Amino acid sequence: MAQIFHRSANTLSRVTIFGAIFVAGFVLWTIGGIVRSPYFTNQGIHREQVVPFSHQHHVAGLGIDCRYCHTSVEVSNFAGIPPTSTCMNCHAQIWTNAEMLEPVRASYRTGQPLHWVRVHRLPDFVHFNHSIHVAKGVGCATCHGRVDRMNLMYQASPLTMEWCLDCHRAPEKYLRPKEEVFNMAYVAKDQATLGPQLVKKYAVRSLTHCSTCHY
Amino acid sequence: MSDQKTLNFTEFRARVGDLRGKEFWRSLEELSRSDVFDEFFEQEFPQQALPLKKGVDRRDFMKLMGASVAMAGLAACRQPAEAIIPYVRQPESIIPGRPLYFASAMTLGGVATGVLVESHMNRPTKIEGNPEHPSSLGASNSFMQASILGLYDPDRSQVVRRLGDTATWSDFIGAIQPVLNAAKTNGAGLRLLTQTITSPSLGAQIQQLLAMFPGMKWHQWEAVSYDGAREGGRMAFGSYVNTVYDFTKANVVVSLGSNFLDEGPAHLRYARDFMGRRRVRAGEANRMNRLYAIEAGMTSTGSVAEHRLVVKPSQIGEMANALLNGQGSNPFLAALLKDLEANRGASAFIAGDEQPAAVHAIAHALNARYGNIGTTVTITDSLEVAPTNQLASLQELVRDMNAGAVNALVILGGNPVFDAPVDLQFVKALDKVPFRVHHSLHYDETSLHCHWHIPDTHYLETWGDARGHDGTVSIIQPLIAPLYNGRATSEVLGALIGGLDQTPYEAVRAYWFAHGATEESWRRWVHDGVIPNSALPARAGAVPNAPSPAPAIASSGIEIELRHDPTLYDGRFANNAWLQELPKPQTKITWDNVMIVGPKTSEKIGYDADDRDGNVNERRTRFADVQYRGVKMRLPVWVVPGHCEDVATIYFGPGRERGGKVAEGTGFNTYPLRFSDALHGGPGAQIAMSAASEIYPIACTQEHQSIDPKVVGERGIIRAGTLAAYLKNPRFAQAEEHGSDVAGEGNESFYKPYDYSDKHAWAMVIDPSVCTGCNGCVAACQAENNISVVGKEQVVHEREMHWLRIDRYYRGDVENPDVFHQPVPCMQCELAPCEPVCPVEATSHSEDGLNDMTYNRCVGTRYCSNNCPYKVRRFNFFHYADYDTPSFKPMRNPDVTIRTRGVMEKCTYCVQRINAAKIDAEREGRRVRDGEVVTACQQACPTQAIVFGDMNDKTSAVARLKAQPQNYAMLEELQTRPRTTYLATIRNPNPELKPESADTGREG
Repeated sequence: MAQIFHRSANTLSRVTIFGAIFVAGFVLWTIGGIVRSPYFTNQGIHREQVVPFSHQHHVAGLGIDCRYCHTSVEVSNFAGIPPTSTCMNCHAQIWTNAEMLEPVRASYRTGQPLHWVRVHRLPDFVHFNHSIHVAKGVGCATCHGRVDRMNLMYQASPLTMEWCLDCHRAPEKYLRPKEEVFNMAYVAKDQATLGPQLVKKYAVRSLTHCSTCHY
Repeated sequence: MSDQKTLNFTEFRARVGDLRGKEFWRSLEELSRSDVFDEFFEQEFPQQALPLKKGVDRRDFMKLMGASVAMAGLAACRQPAEAIIPYVRQPESIIPGRPLYFASAMTLGGVATGVLVESHMNRPTKIEGNPEHPSSLGASNSFMQASILGLYDPDRSQVVRRLGDTATWSDFIGAIQPVLNAAKTNGAGLRLLTQTITSPSLGAQIQQLLAMFPGMKWHQWEAVSYDGAREGGRMAFGSYVNTVYDFTKANVVVSLGSNFLDEGPAHLRYARDFMGRRRVRAGEANRMNRLYAIEAGMTSTGSVAEHRLVVKPSQIGEMANALLNGQGSNPFLAALLKDLEANRGASAFIAGDEQPAAVHAIAHALNARYGNIGTTVTITDSLEVAPTNQLASLQELVRDMNAGAVNALVILGGNPVFDAPVDLQFVKALDKVPFRVHHSLHYDETSLHCHWHIPDTHYLETWGDARGHDGTVSIIQPLIAPLYNGRATSEVLGALIGGLDQTPYEAVRAYWFAHGATEESWRRWVHDGVIPNSALPARAGAVPNAPSPAPAIASSGIEIELRHDPTLYDGRFANNAWLQELPKPQTKITWDNVMIVGPKTSEKIGYDADDRDGNVNERRTRFADVQYRGVKMRLPVWVVPGHCEDVATIYFGPGRERGGKVAEGTGFNTYPLRFSDALHGGPGAQIAMSAASEIYPIACTQEHQSIDPKVVGERGIIRAGTLAAYLKNPRFAQAEEHGSDVAGEGNESFYKPYDYSDKHAWAMVIDPSVCTGCNGCVAACQAENNISVVGKEQVVHEREMHWLRIDRYYRGDVENPDVFHQPVPCMQCELAPCEPVCPVEATSHSEDGLNDMTYNRCVGTRYCSNNCPYKVRRFNFFHYADYDTPSFKPMRNPDVTIRTRGVMEKCTYCVQRINAAKIDAEREGRRVRDGEVVTACQQACPTQAIVFGDMNDKTSAVARLKAQPQNYAMLEELQTRPRTTYLATIRNPNPELKPESADTGREG
């Protein structure tokens, strides 16, 4: 019986088999890349807001503390978005005719709240608590980036579980003294020495069991 | 069907005899040990073995695969943008993310129980008992827990209706004016029908109305009737009274057909006080009480009684007579009389609400005779604004309606078309009234027969006040503005009076400011939920009149016992899916009502055990025809051990025709069996199996998720003994005493143990001694953890989602067994069999010993549930969670993930509460204090049967309980080291009635 396949079929089949593995690997690598990409994580994407609020101007320019607006960051899971009345504390006095601020004034006038677009969004099955992170010496800028340099707010970190665990596995890499938590510009002189000290001082534990966040 | 499958009660009794009174059993099927039942247990998860109806061919397979690929694409879509909407002016007290708690009160049958309502950004999400309220002391029942679903019920009536068409409140005001004007002269022909009212402010409004229209009449009717107690009190004391018991002082309690531990306005308090005397602790003085129950059907109260005398309902009066005459005509009564004599001033007689007035009068006389009045029993004035014989009141109304004497009828609450006694022919009379108004939460049967329907407000939506069981007044505080244009009762009354401008808040406030409130005290009362020292004072020197004996009732045929449904009450909660799916205490039936008969009676009526046992997987039964006083009805039969023979117990409440999607078409309307001269049933029924009776599936959860019956007795899953045995050997429940082979094997395990020494070690101890099986914990768990309802069909397939079940065990004689309740949540094993088998590590161990369940990681292999010896894991076979109904969205606990299809879930020890407490503690730089974390089940439990805490803290309540000699772990020989352990049940039988067995110290 004559050969059905040419000798080259041997090579071809090998290439196909190994090629398939390579292709499968490439597909997985691509998927992994996509789910970590800003397309998926929304990292670095500016959001159109009802009022183009500039953190750079208010934080760096005017020196307003984070907690002036985000009042519940030290006591609650949610840092809090300021009510219109907080804006009006100042804007009843300054920039009272700015067209940009009309939605704020309208809100205050009519009692209709402002609709801000959420920038940092975690899935519903993740429970994050701001207050405990602040209490244990995690700086605002550690997760939110240099908000004082953001004209329009964007999400500085990927907010993936991998990223959370990076710190939860080794908190000493990121902790800072409590008094520096709200300092945007803080840079540790020697994190390698300071980190472990702070871990001890603040009784920080590496919490990586699932129900830390998922329940 | 083979002969082996047939249940034969003679055989049963023989088998029970074989068990030497030592073994526990859960159901008649189990006792029968039929082939089918064994097969059922071999399957372990019959619900997962449901085959596809037809095979999948290649074409369908390709379709399904194609669809999944398409769906996979969808799943990768980016998350949509979400808005954050802050306040314009943020209220000072609100911190987003932290709940607030407000005191209020829920009424049932007019009487209040104080509640604390958890509010997330002004959305009420969870009800707890108010620790300051005497009727609650922090506990809550399933009605209170489920009332949160009642608030967000999308089927509630949302608009004013005129003849069924949408109308407005001002239309109604316009329409009622001419009627009121016509009645102006003296109000004759104007009638008001309400439910029981204890609210002082509503009472004042009605009095004002009656003063405006002197000819007007006020009627009251409530289907769950307390007329027996009312009239009995009047017979004994000359006027209507309220009886308050103090079970903390009672050594001997006698129930004359009363289910005081699970029914009635004071049951939470009574259960707390009564069970407080049943905690046997090493090193503490033993104060254990003893309960004698005389009853027909098995109630929660009867199930925990040391001695239960099973008599027909009609004979309870006879037994009361015998006690009154001091006749020990049977061993039970003889022993009881001796016990009473030895405990003068420290006993209590409590007559059932279903009992006639004469029995209540006898109970009062007996309390007086044994010196209980003033010690365990307090007599006060009635709680009600205008106590009256409600049946007589309704009869008078019907008579007048038929006579054409009623021109206008305003029905405030209630559903008389559905629940009035059948012989009154309420609808026929009602239709003769020219102007009819109905004010109710749902557009129900009565609304349909009225010209006008006004939507009511839920108690969480309006201001009000009401008295608790001892008279303590609570201010009812709203948590949210009315969701559906509801009008409070005070507003409707205001419309009749003409004070239209007065809001419910103003009405209540004005009343109390006229009765001694100041701005300061008012704020205090609203904050606390109770008005201090407002309990009604005891009547000085209350001496009951000599009672006349209870009339003898000639018993013929089978006796019908009518009781309100344990979870739907009189039918008002029929649209509450949580309550529909809550297993009824004792029978564990959901979504249905049945006719409960005893084993012998079932044989007598021709009930073939094959009918039910034929396929235990899909629990099913057949119908019987009931003929009772000319009424014919078909009802499914259910056999319950310990039920009185020749008695059929039937619950009324289900079977609604109107009133919401859930209510309609579930269960059977049994009100047609309710006659005004026999509200609670009577003799003379004929019952026979229906000739052409189809099989009827019953969603009964008792055999679901249960542990192989073969091991129940051998391995001591439930352990019990007498007080005497405990005193002889406190360690009677321990493994080595128990004959199990676990002793001596040490702590060998295949797996490396975790180290918890420097961490919290969360643990739970459950004391079934004090559990009445009331299901408060199950409902609380459902509310706290966003647990889905699955519907009858899915419950039949064993797919109910309750994280906590209460297993019911029987021991001994089929005709009058001992009953034990055992709540079973996740055991949170230290070496958990579920964990190693998960291929994706969706279930894993936390640092403080919890078995974490990570929903987002679960792929639904269900290996964990197969490997769980306790059968506490629940799987979302379908998309049970309702993501769509808008009104349910604000109801859910924001701290708990809502689970979707294909995900396993289970008890988490309320990890959201643990984490909240841990975060608060860590922020303050301290450890979590004992008692700071309270699980939902623990918080609800009226008898404090569940204790939770950190067992590493040796001073914690839970650690102290774990050190008790009667503490044991379920299936400890499996070396799972469960964190949840049990205390052996200890009861205190009278040695004269139940001689102790000498062998193991366990009760013989």
